[in-house]
Amino acid sequence: MALKIVKGSIDRMFDKNLQDLVRGIRNHKEDEAKYISTCIDEIKQELKQDNIAVKANAVCKLTYLQMLGYDVSWAAFNIVEVMSSSKFTYKRIGYLAASQCFHEGTDVIMLTTNQIRKDLSSPNQYDTGVALTGLSCFVTPDLARDLANDIMTLMSHTKPYIRKKAVLIMYKVFLKYPESLRPAFPRLKEKLEDPDPGVQSAAVNVICELARRNPKNYLSLAPLFFKLMTSSTNNWVLIKIIKLFGALTPLEPRLGKKLIEPLTNLIHSTSAMSLLYECVNTVIAVLISLSSGMPNHSASIQLCVQKLRILIEDSDQNLKYLGLLAMSKILKTHPKSVQSHKDLILQCLDDKDESIRLRALDLLYGMVSKKNLMEIVKKLMLHVDKAEGTTYRDELLTKIIDICSQSNYQYITNFEWYISILVELTRLEGTRHGHLIASQMLDVAIRVKAIRGFAVAQMATLLDNAHLLTGNTQRNGICEVLYAAAWICGEFSEHLEDPMQTLEAMLRPKVATLPGHIQAVYVQNAAKLFATVLQKHEGETDSQAAQETSQLLIDRLPLFVQSANLEVQERASCILQLVKYIQKLQQKNVEVAEEVTALFAGELNPVAPKAQKKVPIPEGLDLDAWINEPPSESESEDEKPKVVFAKEEPKHYRSRHTEVDEKELARRREVRKQEQANNPFYIKASPSSQKVYDAPGVEHIPVVQIDLSVPLKVPGMPMSDQYLKLEEERRQKEKAERKKKEKKKKREKRGKGRKADSGPESEEDITPAHQVDIVTEEMPENALPSDDDDKDPNDPHKALDIDLDKPLADSEKLPVRTHRPEVLKSPAEDRDSKSVPQETKKKSSKEKKEKKKDKEKDRKQIKPTVHWFPVQKSSKHKKKKQKKEKEEKEKKKKKRHHHHHHHGDAGGEDSVQNGTVEEEEPLPPMSNYSLLAENSYIKMVYDIQGNHQDESKVVVSVIFENKSDSFLKSMEFNVLDSLNSKLQRPEGAGPHDGLTVPFQLPPGVSNEARFVFSVQSIVMPQKLKGTLTFIVKSDESSTHEKLDFKLHFTCTSYLITTPCYSDAYAKLLESGDLKGSSLRLEGINMPFHHLLARICFHHHFSVVERIDSCASMYSRSIQGHHVCLLVKTSDQTVSIDAKCDEPSLLGNVLDEIKQTFSKC
Amino acid sequence: MIKAILIFNNHGKPRLSKFYEHYTEDTEQQIIRETFHLVSKRDENICNFLEGGLLIGGSENKLIYRHYATLYFVFCVDSSESELGILDLIQVFVETLDKCFENVCELDLIFHMDKVHNILAEMVMGGMVLETNMSEIITQAEAHNKMEKSEVRAALLRSD
Repeated sequence: MALKIVKGSIDRMFDKNLQDLVRGIRNHKEDEAKYISTCIDEIKQELKQDNIAVKANAVCKLTYLQMLGYDVSWAAFNIVEVMSSSKFTYKRIGYLAASQCFHEGTDVIMLTTNQIRKDLSSPNQYDTGVALTGLSCFVTPDLARDLANDIMTLMSHTKPYIRKKAVLIMYKVFLKYPESLRPAFPRLKEKLEDPDPGVQSAAVNVICELARRNPKNYLSLAPLFFKLMTSSTNNWVLIKIIKLFGALTPLEPRLGKKLIEPLTNLIHSTSAMSLLYECVNTVIAVLISLSSGMPNHSASIQLCVQKLRILIEDSDQNLKYLGLLAMSKILKTHPKSVQSHKDLILQCLDDKDESIRLRALDLLYGMVSKKNLMEIVKKLMLHVDKAEGTTYRDELLTKIIDICSQSNYQYITNFEWYISILVELTRLEGTRHGHLIASQMLDVAIRVKAIRGFAVAQMATLLDNAHLLTGNTQRNGICEVLYAAAWICGEFSEHLEDPMQTLEAMLRPKVATLPGHIQAVYVQNAAKLFATVLQKHEGETDSQAAQETSQLLIDRLPLFVQSANLEVQERASCILQLVKYIQKLQQKNVEVAEEVTALFAGELNPVAPKAQKKVPIPEGLDLDAWINEPPSESESEDEKPKVVFAKEEPKHYRSRHTEVDEKELARRREVRKQEQANNPFYIKASPSSQKVYDAPGVEHIPVVQIDLSVPLKVPGMPMSDQYLKLEEERRQKEKAERKKKEKKKKREKRGKGRKADSGPESEEDITPAHQVDIVTEEMPENALPSDDDDKDPNDPHKALDIDLDKPLADSEKLPVRTHRPEVLKSPAEDRDSKSVPQETKKKSSKEKKEKKKDKEKDRKQIKPTVHWFPVQKSSKHKKKKQKKEKEEKEKKKKKRHHHHHHHGDAGGEDSVQNGTVEEEEPLPPMSNYSLLAENSYIKMVYDIQGNHQDESKVVVSVIFENKSDSFLKSMEFNVLDSLNSKLQRPEGAGPHDGLTVPFQLPPGVSNEARFVFSVQSIVMPQKLKGTLTFIVKSDESSTHEKLDFKLHFTCTSYLITTPCYSDAYAKLLESGDLKGSSLRLEGINMPFHHLLARICFHHHFSVVERIDSCASMYSRSIQGHHVCLLVKTSDQTVSIDAKCDEPSLLGNVLDEIKQTFSKC
Repeated sequence: MIKAILIFNNHGKPRLSKFYEHYTEDTEQQIIRETFHLVSKRDENICNFLEGGLLIGGSENKLIYRHYATLYFVFCVDSSESELGILDLIQVFVETLDKCFENVCELDLIFHMDKVHNILAEMVMGGMVLETNMSEIITQAEAHNKMEKSEVRAALLRSD
């Protein structure tokens, strides 16, 4: 009872809830729009109330209306209000509404930043979750920038529910704010190994999505993914990873080699079809990437094809579809393997499912050969007749044309057949592809010279029967072919048997109903035909026929002169006048044919569609440069003479230009003609036709008496079939002849052994029926081969093409709210530094194992790839990787120098950054490693590096080199800590315990170990005493040895190379917080850039700007002190003015710089 | 990436639309209509993939759908998604709805579009698959409902 009362009160409170609204809409089917508009008015009233519950209810209803297509953006502010409710119920409604209708253009979005931030850090995980979900739908660049850091923190939330959402949303953040990718990436990578499978899956998802667009940046993750692939059991994750590998393999074929085996295992073992399918897909990708220069992987191909066949034969249409889809990928590289399944694919053409038929069509495209083209096309033509629905039929039509015309008509042996096919296709009702057929007709007629006679005859018939094509208005797509027909008949009219008849056909009044552009072609080509007719009758005593023709034109052309189409009108009136004039001449018995023919003389050459684009810009031509200086706006008096000048100039230009062009063209034409003359069987890029066959001769062409008028007048009688039969007969005959010849040969060299049986016809056996000269399309000389014009510059993923292996610079840290300055140190970097050594150690051991396996498997492949197995001895530095190239150059310098290239490079790069790039002599090799201690057994050199991420830590890298003939083991490294500097020891170790060096040294080998020290004050240099103890083990004895040393912590070692832009640098100097000091160095005898490089290298500076013999440099200490230098040089004297916010640090650094230069 | 998730009935009436890219309301309706048109004319027992929705994203995208009784569930995805995986996901989605609504039918979706959205949000976030484990999705959905109930109860207590 009480409940009922309560319920009633709620109903009163909410005027009308979502359910009521839906019910109302359903009850007002007749006047839905009206009902909804009253509802919207109600909602507007509700939104005006102060009660948040009422508002939330209203917003909820709006969300529903939005789905129905109503614009609700006017309520955006109310949505924000509901979002900021403290109650989860309402908040969720608000975020849902926002996710449905907010977008980048919504201006109230900027009001939400703080609310979202508050929700993200809410103690209630569901508030956070709802905020993340909503944000994923409407994140803008501004929101992404402002919230990136908060979301990144959430990636390490204690609750996996939040972690996975935070990880997933990072992808959206990256898209909107690409700068966040690098700082966030280490943590994202870490999440690949999250204990929670959901989080792991999310991380895989994000990285796959990133890597799909810019795969090369993610190659270095391959080992990690490889591990995941072999360990994960989550099919969803596996599918993603396998898909990712599919994207990576094209870039690194060796990766593919590694993948084949585990993938094949998965194919054999998995029961999940989805996984099986993706495995097959990736194996295919691998095989494609390997296809060049690899021993055959026929077993894998066979496996794939076999599995795909099973899929295609499955009764599940989905599997069938996917099977065909994957098959088409194999087809590209291994057509032979697919061709054996032709039966299956042809069968799919009869499937009731259109998607499957289309896929099968795609496959057919790649399966044709000279041998089976006619047969396949015949099948397709049958399907064309049967097909219901124009879309599928149009698809068939385009496929037929694609199949036939592919690779420059490579598979067509009989062009008469092809022309007949095209003509048959014109009988299709209501196709949209008339222009396609037309362009094929034109292309064939122009490029296959031998076929012109036949083509012209066919086209003449087409023109004669034009009424069949145009009769039905529905068919107007097809009348495009008349365009081609008219042009072909006109252009190659010398082949026409009865040009007069064709001319008559082209000037029928019915033509005026055709589209304007076709009429224009008709008119123009009628003139060409006219010329031909005149030519024919020239010299005849009776000029009657010629005069009749003129009269015909004069009678018919006025129809076109009245055309509404400008082009038609213009051409018609021009030609009409011409004909009238000719008639006059004819009446005076003047011979005009030759002159009229001259109007249309010259042959047209096919030009490649991209030819214009590929014309290289001649050297020295700058298209952006002004030919004439633009008139300056201020000097108005000067305008007049300039205009005159400008007018004259182009004239000169143009005439000169065309002259050159014409000469050039003529020359090229000549060259090409010669080329073609020397190469009678000239088919571009068709490897199977390299052989030149003995021309069968004209008399060998099976001459067919075709009654050309029949097929068109009786639509439905397929005449291309005749060719199929003829072709078969011809091939039989040829084969027989060849056999005879072979037999002869066989008899001749019977002793020499067996001859391969000529069972199935091979490709090369089929000779074309015609000696065909397929003219290649013209391209400008030295055309640029580039084809990269199809990249989309607006792709948002372009911005995410970021090198992720480079170490982070300070400037890249994510922006953090200013009122919480303690977070300024990005937590990601913090983690990164800690996780790297561990991770790499783990990796390296695994790598070694893998390497061994690899070695056994394939001895040739000992040298591992950079990405897959970085060659590095033990612990390694992340930064080293990309310095690899440089390292290789200096390989001879031995491993000892490994480490310092980093700084050498950084300096080198930076010094060019803003300065002038001049021819500078190469730098002498430099090393930062200095001797620590040495005795007869061992030599130690060391280098000290500040740690980017931690202001109180430095890393000491020590290279131990075994100089003896004995084995050194159990090395222990210990130092006496001072108050200021302490060696970081593992937890539980006493303050005086030494650290075990994590390796042993065989004779002559060196290796590097790193020790972390914590320091408090960095303003003073410091020395620490230490001892190395070790056991020397030779064959007979082992002795305990020790070596004392002194570690010298210079102030320089607390500096970190940090790039700084000149404007930031200027601001820093202006701020006035820095104290100055200066230094003079005399007698420095080295080039200025060497000097700079030395400072950069030894003292961890970077060049901000360099002008001639003056440079500004910058560095930062691990505790954030700025150190600025202004270095000037003149006559062996170098003066350094320095500024720093810590005078004693500066003094010490300057002393150290002085020392560096006093040494050399 | 999933570009859009649409649910409509046999007559093309939208029951849920979730677009992971922004379109105007008009375009959205057009997409729904076009998708319905494409999907509805297909027979049963033919494959559940469709290429070439013209409006969303172009040729790279596929429509993957399932037809249950009176409802079509359509996912528009790009090439980074596994076709069969998405089919499974639709199945998971429907089964989850079935559990949450106890024998789901079209009416449940009609009257509780917001709840369907909330369940979907636990599966797919911003166009990427968040969770495929049904029990996990149900747990979260139930936790949400529990919170909502407790808030309503608190509100009632206060109003009394």
